Amino acid sequence: MTELKQRILPTVQKPARYTGGEWGEVKKDLDTVRVRVAFCFPDTYEIGMSNVGMRILYGVMNEMEGVWCERVFAPWGDMEDAMRQHNLPLWALESQSPVKDFDMIAFTIGYEMAYSNILNMLNLAGVPLRSKDRHDLKNIVFAGGVCAFNPEPLADFIDFFSLGEGEDSTVEIVSLYDQAKAEGWSKDTFLHAVAKIPGVYVPSFYRHEYHEDGTLAAIVPSEGAPEVVTKRIVEDLDKAYFPTKMIVPSTEIVHDRANLEVFRGCIRGCRFCQAGFSCRPVRKKSPEVLYRQAVETLEHSGNNEITISSLSTSDYRELKELTDMLLPYCAQQKINLSVPSLRADNFSRELMEKLQTVRKSGLTFAPEAGTQRLRDVINKNLTEEEILTTCSRAFAGGWNSVKLYFMLGLPTETDEDVLGIAELVYKVIQEWKANAVNKKRGLRVHVATAYFVPKPHTPFQWEKQITPQEYLRRCKLLKSHFYSKSIEYDYHSPDLSRLEAVFARGDRRLGPVLETAVVSGARLDGWDEYFNYAKWFDAFQKCGVDPDFYTVRGYDEEEILPWDTIDVGVTKKFLRLERKRAYAGTVTPDCRHGCAGCGANGLLKEVAYDA
Amino acid sequence: MPRALFEKVGSAAYISHLDLMRLFQRAFKRAGLPLTHTHGFNPRPSVSIALPMSLGMESRCELLDFDLEGEPLSGEKIRIRLNGALIDGVRVLEVYDSGRKLKELSLMDCQLVLEYDSGVPADARERLEALFSQEEVVVEKKGKQGPTPQNIAPLIRSMEISTGEPGELMLQCRICCQNPSLNPTLIAAAITKYLPDYAPDFVRCCRLELYDAEETVFR
Repeated sequence: MTELKQRILPTVQKPARYTGGEWGEVKKDLDTVRVRVAFCFPDTYEIGMSNVGMRILYGVMNEMEGVWCERVFAPWGDMEDAMRQHNLPLWALESQSPVKDFDMIAFTIGYEMAYSNILNMLNLAGVPLRSKDRHDLKNIVFAGGVCAFNPEPLADFIDFFSLGEGEDSTVEIVSLYDQAKAEGWSKDTFLHAVAKIPGVYVPSFYRHEYHEDGTLAAIVPSEGAPEVVTKRIVEDLDKAYFPTKMIVPSTEIVHDRANLEVFRGCIRGCRFCQAGFSCRPVRKKSPEVLYRQAVETLEHSGNNEITISSLSTSDYRELKELTDMLLPYCAQQKINLSVPSLRADNFSRELMEKLQTVRKSGLTFAPEAGTQRLRDVINKNLTEEEILTTCSRAFAGGWNSVKLYFMLGLPTETDEDVLGIAELVYKVIQEWKANAVNKKRGLRVHVATAYFVPKPHTPFQWEKQITPQEYLRRCKLLKSHFYSKSIEYDYHSPDLSRLEAVFARGDRRLGPVLETAVVSGARLDGWDEYFNYAKWFDAFQKCGVDPDFYTVRGYDEEEILPWDTIDVGVTKKFLRLERKRAYAGTVTPDCRHGCAGCGANGLLKEVAYDA
Repeated sequence: MPRALFEKVGSAAYISHLDLMRLFQRAFKRAGLPLTHTHGFNPRPSVSIALPMSLGMESRCELLDFDLEGEPLSGEKIRIRLNGALIDGVRVLEVYDSGRKLKELSLMDCQLVLEYDSGVPADARERLEALFSQEEVVVEKKGKQGPTPQNIAPLIRSMEISTGEPGELMLQCRICCQNPSLNPTLIAAAITKYLPDYAPDFVRCCRLELYDAEETVFR
């Protein structure tokens, strides 16, 4: 008789994402395995399998003798319903074993809207949600990723966090667990020991006290835990582990291609950007290492596309050397090379044309703000002239579609700045009219505005978020000033970004909100099909938590911030200074034009920060 | 153009037609077997799989047409190299040149295993035999314009019913697979419609062999 799971599979959408068995997956003999890690990505297979961080750490753990790391993803709604109906617990792909059977349950979290999925996945696995309800060493739950830089909303649920890059620290953590399991430690003993690994934050060792007005009065460490936990980085990326034997999904995923990370960190200091500050300092890979890794990855995977990735790829000094090596190989092997995240200011026509010989990819700019004044405030060092020059070159080169991304609600934004977006778009259309080689095919300008979400560890971490009503007013104002048929305008729903803002700067009092929302069915919040703000609104009400406290209130510069325990390398003093400069409209040059003194180079043993 | 006969079994049964094409394109690349590309605006590797199959069905007789660049290689060499680059469940059985024209493909053997969780009903075999010996067995066929009724009786050339494992009934059928074609899952749908008391709890389905109109094995 066919087992239950096999009977469910034909009834759900895209069943291949639940079966495992892809090219490159790691299988081990359970008799030789001492530590089993269920590596959970709190979103669907298609999103999770596109995540480079997860692929790296999957490789790191499986390189360890006696350790078997398997993958777990959030099921789509139809599968979840079937699982709940038949009491089928969440399983890992490689062995198809229930997650509950694993020693360690790890999550990588890159997006606040995945928080509900974390709780929902634990629930589907049959694992108690709250850390204090899990008493044994088994099923220890830990998490990392960008969101771990303000882990407080998840403090009730996650036993410990691993901050920063995990190539080295994950090995230390899993090795310690291996010892703990062999020697029969209690969970408490393990937590005390793991807290001593640099970069590990155990939330239960800290007590949060509040003033009557709801702001934090004190964060009190106990059990010998450090006052501040500093994130980990990998100093030499050329020597760091990189998996060239990657898993090749048997079903289409979001980024269905090989990925080459050229550097980490960013020399720019866009004041809204969390990655730009929290991933510092800049560390690069050499083109020789990258070329070797690219060829190995492509040969092992059989992919027909490779993308060069980083936070700002044109800042990679050796981009020319790298593409000069890669292009002939890719052309000969009929592999499409794509280079996203190029900046308009040094987007070279030469590279654009070279890429075109393989296949034409889209042209995308993120000016973020419509006027130079506001771009100076946010330190987005991109001028209108640079955008227009690049567009005119691209249009002359045969491009006829362009995407422009902006944010609304940035600090100091006025209606003039909002209308500046419409003006800039109008000028782009004029460039097309003047330069397009084939006007018959028409022009498509895709404009999207996002609702600004202030993020921790940025100079804007204290800022107010504008109200949803005000955001929508600005969207409508902008929309009413778009006259051309060539423009497609999309704006993000305010509810999602509002919720994102709550959790981005949230504290421990959001734990019950999260749990209440998940119990009432919140899940897959990043997906329009499932996001339901009403469930969250109810949860806030039930728990007596006012979302405005975390959004439109704004934080005082002297206030204790929930994430003050976490050090990403950039000093608070520097963030305050950058905020002042923002309000003065003063730009801060990039790291190449002189060190601005953010403090992140203190994370390095040898100071050589450049891309 | 060389042709590969391959099987798709186990969890690979859940890989869709388009995903399977992509999977083969990558497998050829991994195996160091460069595919030729189409010459269009968007060059595509030349692989095509005959008779798309519903998700969840297994097969021991899938056909893949492809074209390689460079010096011709023996079918056996291609088979071995390709199998070294394929996932569990997808296995090439044979690679050969000058396969027959796909339009001459006409019939197919397939096996349906009907699973009854509380045991096979006593007279199930007789009732099923009686049902499929009728002139008309009409079920809804899913199409692009919504469901349309299809009389599947003339599309079933033969059917042998036997008992398998406990709780299982096996139907071995020879059915039309091209112009018009019969999706074998409709046979199960017919049972559910006409003999609801004999509706199985689950049905497994596997393609076994391909034939031309004269019932000669098709390669």
